[in-house]
Amino acid sequence: MLDEYFKQYGIIAIFAAIAVALPTALMLISWMLSMVKIRPNNPSEIKSSIYECGFETITERWNQFNFRYYSIALLFVLFDVEVVFLFPWAVSFGMMSVEFGAFVMIEMLIFVGILALGWIYAWKKGSLEWS
Amino acid sequence: MYTSFYQLIDFHSFYDMYYKIFESLGLSSSASWMSYLAAGGSLSFLAINLLVLATAFYTWFERRTIARFQVRRGPNRNGPFGLGQPFADVIKLIMKEDTIPTEADKPVFTIAPIALLAPTLLIITVIPIDDASFLATLNIGILFIVGITSVNSIAIFMAGWGSRNKYAILGSMRGAAMLISYEIPMALGITSVLLISGSLAMTEIVAKQDIWFIVVMPMGFFVFMAAATAEMSRTPFDQIEAESELGSGYNTEFSGIKFAILFLAEFMAPIVTSAVVTTLFLGGSQGFDFLPGQAWFVLKMFVVIFILLWIRSTWPRLRIDQIMGFAWKILMELGFVNIFLIAIEVAVLMDPVTGLLTSQDLLIMAAINWVFTILTLVFLANLLGKRNYDRPDPVPSPLANMQPKGEK
Repeated sequence: MLDEYFKQYGIIAIFAAIAVALPTALMLISWMLSMVKIRPNNPSEIKSSIYECGFETITERWNQFNFRYYSIALLFVLFDVEVVFLFPWAVSFGMMSVEFGAFVMIEMLIFVGILALGWIYAWKKGSLEWS
Repeated sequence: MYTSFYQLIDFHSFYDMYYKIFESLGLSSSASWMSYLAAGGSLSFLAINLLVLATAFYTWFERRTIARFQVRRGPNRNGPFGLGQPFADVIKLIMKEDTIPTEADKPVFTIAPIALLAPTLLIITVIPIDDASFLATLNIGILFIVGITSVNSIAIFMAGWGSRNKYAILGSMRGAAMLISYEIPMALGITSVLLISGSLAMTEIVAKQDIWFIVVMPMGFFVFMAAATAEMSRTPFDQIEAESELGSGYNTEFSGIKFAILFLAEFMAPIVTSAVVTTLFLGGSQGFDFLPGQAWFVLKMFVVIFILLWIRSTWPRLRIDQIMGFAWKILMELGFVNIFLIAIEVAVLMDPVTGLLTSQDLLIMAAINWVFTILTLVFLANLLGKRNYDRPDPVPSPLANMQPKGEK
């Protein structure tokens, strides 16, 4: 018999495999329907060009994007890592407070406080504005 | 009777059934893992198909309800009450031509719908519909959900990037920025739950809710719900596919079955989200005895789905700067303040020896948190609502005949 712990992940792996197989099967069915001429498949040059408001495509397709997305992504990485540290702290908060008292609370306040300083700096610098 | 029916659709009963079948076929040496695979596979297949069917009926429900909100009738021609409408839609979408732009990045373009649907489906594996999970009982259930929802932003970006369309890429850029921004407040809302539950397992979180967590921490519920609504990227937050600005956003180039899969994922999101909200804040399968736990779970899910629909049909679309500002400036503050408020309450009220909370402690916390929530929301509404905008009076165009008659 497999270990009970890994068995649970095994079920999730099976589920994931079927969850990927279902949309793939739907696409295959659609493709097979086009093979037996039930669904139309007549691509033409105009039809398979890129949509652009009704006239021919004029711009570079992978066009430039705003630098702001980078700064948002950087901020996200920072605070997401912070949240990752918050999770185990929150789960064991009651247990650890019994042992260490108010230190558990103050420690996390300092940690969040340092990051909050960075957050205020980013706000003041205008990284959170969008206009 | 209910319990016997539920035990029928259970991993262990499936496992036993397949084990007997494989043993009778003379495969007793490998019957253990073969029946494990077969039971997991058939149960997963059942769950996925149920979810897809539920989504089909949900699209009908959503269209009918929104029609009522807008004083229309909605689809009512196919079948009784228009119940055949989702199936007609599916047949139409399968029969449609599936065009792929010649300049598109074909592998990415094809994988994107799968990458959007699979994570949405995977969330349902760890939801405890009754005392135990339907499929897998992970001891890190909620962490699994937080991890798996992050994949959605990649899938949406794949859809936009692969189709090589400027509207699609604008929509998916906005979408990726919005989804990652709202992941942080969502995780903060979950953290406030974890402070009381003391466990990452979904079943433990449900078991700890002597008082439902929506009562204990309304602010956590507000933060989580706002962030989850944004994660679904539906109407108040639908910058991803803002029809009036971006063509159709990230799914501009998608047609036929790929479009159907994208929208299956999109309409499945409210169902899955309401299941998560029910587990975290509404006490999961808890309820009175005259109905079984699963029925209570579905009932609560339905209420949450209706509230999400209500939000969708009431609010207009927000601008992208409003959305990002709301996530980074307001929800994050509220989330952190809420976490530390609850942490202080837990530290003060808990049993100094065992570190546990009684339901009386939870009620005291609820009283403090409700006062805090109402005061904060009133303060915020005054702060944001009474801002003076510099709006000049509209000047009528000389071309428009706007003056009243006789006044010249």
